[in-house]
Amino acid sequence: MNGEQRVSAQTPSPEKLNASARTLSAATPGDEQERLSAISSELRCLVCQNQSIADSTSGLAMDLRQQIQEQIQAGKSDTAITQYMAERYGDFVLYKPKFSVDNAALWAGPFILLMVGVWVVLRAIKRRGRFSPPLDPPPDQTRLKKIEERYKRDAK
Amino acid sequence: MMSWMRLGLPLLILIALAFLLARGLQYDPRNLPSAKIGKPAPALLLPLLGESQQTFDMLSMRGQVWVLNVFASWCAACVTEHPSLLQLASRKGVLLVGLAYKDNPADTQAWLKRYGNPYRAVALDTDGRMGIDYGVYGVPETYIIDRHGIIRYRHVGPIKNDFFDQQLVPLLTEISIEKQIP
Repeated sequence: MNGEQRVSAQTPSPEKLNASARTLSAATPGDEQERLSAISSELRCLVCQNQSIADSTSGLAMDLRQQIQEQIQAGKSDTAITQYMAERYGDFVLYKPKFSVDNAALWAGPFILLMVGVWVVLRAIKRRGRFSPPLDPPPDQTRLKKIEERYKRDAK
Repeated sequence: MMSWMRLGLPLLILIALAFLLARGLQYDPRNLPSAKIGKPAPALLLPLLGESQQTFDMLSMRGQVWVLNVFASWCAACVTEHPSLLQLASRKGVLLVGLAYKDNPADTQAWLKRYGNPYRAVALDTDGRMGIDYGVYGVPETYIIDRHGIIRYRHVGPIKNDFFDQQLVPLLTEISIEKQIP
């Protein structure tokens, strides 16, 4: 029996799972297995939320892997299958949600922050450039000579 | 930029980010919003507990607001929630339908005998497939379906004390929902 009381909702312990779920990997041919693996790696397990449905051993993950396998065998496309999951479990189940108005901030956010960062750095570089003083123009030689002579005359 | 702005702007940004972080930390990652809200409740084409021939007739529920409670005999939190459900059914006359999720019918029967049966009918989802169509990811979960057969609310975990007043009463008293379906 699953002794986990921390979460408010529970999932079934492994003993409760269907026997058919255990024969899953034995029956599938190679490329179906590959597709199953690929699709289920793109989906988040809602129970063990830091794992994909491919990796999670929770009851729900096993059920969903079975669903995916059946749909692969029924000839459904990858998009159709992930769409099926998103319709029932929300966009949260997709590691790569479809770009929409709602998740525009999620998709665009890193690029926007990068642009802001680049702008800040460029401004800082420009500002530092402005602090080096401009070179004086070379002195006017004739005027310099005149000032020198007057100085020598006054000094006497 | 004036010097006070140069100091103030990063500080402001920091405060804003701290605020967002504080808000984010308050969300419970286990409590996911349902993708099915506003969508028609999937038909429960499942055998019923105690009635070998019948499946649950969803169409007969049209015109009424009803509550689908997903539970199982192996679920400890369901025991905590059960007295509230019994009260809802007996004292408030709420139409409760149970979905026995990934459970052995004999175990379900025994559990209901032990803890009481508030359900008008219990649909047997022994392999959990029906649950997938509703977006069930754990037990207990509770769904409210309106008079038109649309899912309006989903609660994850045992229902709270304000369930009737906060969630059910507004739906029981609503007359027209044309504007409310997204």
